[in-house]
Amino acid sequence: MTEVALQAVELVRRIEGVVSHTLVNGIDLAVNKGEFVAITGPSGSGKSSLLYLLGLLDAPSEGEIMICGQPTSKLSETERADVRLTKCGFVFQFHFLLPEFTSLDNVLLPMRAAGRMTEGEMRERGLALLGSLGLGEHANKRPNQLSGGQRQRVAIARALANRPEIIVADEPTGALDTASTEQVFSILRDIADQGQTVVVVTHDPALAARADRRIHIVDGKIAEITERGGGELVCEMVS
Amino acid sequence: MKLLFNIAWTHVSARVRQTLVGMAGVAMGVGFTIMMAGLMQGSQIDFLRQLVDTMPHITVDDERRSVPTQPAEQEYAAVQMADIANVGKRPGIKYPESVMSSLRSWIPGDVAPSVTTSAIIDHGGARIGITLTGIDPRREVQVSKLAAQMREGKLDDLSRAPNGIIVGEALAEKLGVKTGNTVLLVGGQDTRLNSTVAGLFRSGLKRVDESQIYSLAGTAQLMMGQSGVVNQLRLRLNDPMSAQKVAAQVEAQTGYKSVSWQEANADLLSTFTVRDFIVLTVMGAMLLTSSFATYNIISTITHEKRQDIAIMKSLGMREYAVRRIFIIESIIIGVVGILFGWILGYLLCYGWSKITIFNPLTGTTVPLQIYYSAMHYVVAGGISLLCCAGAAYFPARKATRVHPVDIIRGAS
Ligand SMILES: Nc1ncnc2c1ncn2[C@@H]1O[C@H](COP(=O)(O)OP(=O)(O)OP(=O)(O)O)[C@@H](O)[C@H]1O
Ligand SMILES: [Mg+2]
Repeated sequence: MTEVALQAVELVRRIEGVVSHTLVNGIDLAVNKGEFVAITGPSGSGKSSLLYLLGLLDAPSEGEIMICGQPTSKLSETERADVRLTKCGFVFQFHFLLPEFTSLDNVLLPMRAAGRMTEGEMRERGLALLGSLGLGEHANKRPNQLSGGQRQRVAIARALANRPEIIVADEPTGALDTASTEQVFSILRDIADQGQTVVVVTHDPALAARADRRIHIVDGKIAEITERGGGELVCEMVS
Repeated sequence: MKLLFNIAWTHVSARVRQTLVGMAGVAMGVGFTIMMAGLMQGSQIDFLRQLVDTMPHITVDDERRSVPTQPAEQEYAAVQMADIANVGKRPGIKYPESVMSSLRSWIPGDVAPSVTTSAIIDHGGARIGITLTGIDPRREVQVSKLAAQMREGKLDDLSRAPNGIIVGEALAEKLGVKTGNTVLLVGGQDTRLNSTVAGLFRSGLKRVDESQIYSLAGTAQLMMGQSGVVNQLRLRLNDPMSAQKVAAQVEAQTGYKSVSWQEANADLLSTFTVRDFIVLTVMGAMLLTSSFATYNIISTITHEKRQDIAIMKSLGMREYAVRRIFIIESIIIGVVGILFGWILGYLLCYGWSKITIFNPLTGTTVPLQIYYSAMHYVVAGGISLLCCAGAAYFPARKATRVHPVDIIRGAS
């Protein structure tokens, strides 16, 4: 019996304006706990928009997002922030680390904002996270003293800080070379294997192929879902 | 909170020069405000002290505030009497000794009798109208600082010279008289009295020094042609500020018109109120302008840190927590600025106190009086801090309202 970590029900995101624009146009999706989902699609198809909705960074115009069975559409901005802090971890194409802080302080930031652990426990966890991502020696370096791949790994460590149920990553390897891409991807894969849910947007078909499920989006709608069950790929067309 | 402070600290410490400018702005505002407050209140207190030292705190006159009800009015309610002139002699205070001893039993201070009349002083062709107050030198010591204000002679000399008088230095200068000279006093009923200048005093209040002279009670009674009359009681209180309250009680008890020094100088005191209002407005404006540099810095920082704001919000920090970072920054600038402002304010006050200046109220050249009060520092600091917090609030609110998605889309 698999547990649903993240569920989207008839999700719509519209931008009202002189010319109204529908970024996400009725998406139904359920992601299981510990599942690794890759979202692919042409540029401008609404992948990022969907990801922001799934990570509660943006609010849907219609529909519902349930995180661990909890509906979120009625939450206030502050309550959504609280859910983001503890339940969702974000990784973006750009690392978005605070430039004045060291790697360790950047990783400690969400923990400090949540304030659930003692300073000692936080440091211990922060160092352990950095260590597990191969950044042990770089804990006291600032972002501008790190390489692109290292920065992205610090950003992943920061996303993992509060042990969120769900990690969402928007083209986390978009700006990295092949070696770093490989490294970041295997880290995300490990995270999913350890039971956390990972949703990644990527343009790289090879990487998408390593996900448990691949969701192809066109014009804000799911065009195709590819499952990877027991080694063989099962293709299923959705109209 | 510690996290917010840490972030705030990284922002301000990375902008040393801008931060220093902001601090200097706050410091100058606070410093000048403290200086102004010290100067204004100093001169005011100095003046009030002279007033309180020189004037009796309460004078009880042999008049009533309203025309007393006529017996006919009491008998026949229908009849109303108007325009009843008090013709003739001053009634005087009845049984002054028993009134005084009854007052002494409860007032927090002392009381002495006196005889007040107006007269003209005539010397070498100069004729000047003056107020002549007849006193009892032994009791005078308890109700006024006259003994201490004597420049030449002593109070006791009044009884040694024939019809001795004590004249203000300013008046003596005008008339060109010296101690030991004889002058002519002309009273209401054309009583003429040759009197000897027994001493000179200086109260520091021009008005008093130019028009007040003292004599023994007997001399004043002679001028009025009413021997034995006492028409004024003068009270000195331990706490001059309670004069208004005590005056009302004295009036209620004795029925005589009792005037506190505040009432007697109401016109002067009301100009203080206007002056205070103007000064407070200027000081408020000064503190407000001093926080402009802070506003500028916070605006710049919030603009430069748009991305950080977006990322902190997207990580799940609440909007008001992020906003607080910038308010903390401005408070850091404010607090350090205020500390320097306090030092600056103190130094400015100290500098001013070394300057002597001609004071037209007292007609003398004295050092500027500065009033040092912790209250000035606390209030200037408090207002300045509020201004800084306000100066940060608006740019911070604007910047933290921005939706993180808008920034993240723009950046990647
Ligand atoms: N604020 C906005 N107003 C109007 N249109 C917008 C706005 N934000 C995004 N869009 C449009 O919505 C569509 C979906 O954008 P989105 O960023 O989700 O695409 P994407 O699939 O992530 O593309 P890419 O692969 O290039 O990152 C795009 O056509 C984009 O131009
Ligand atoms: Mg995108």
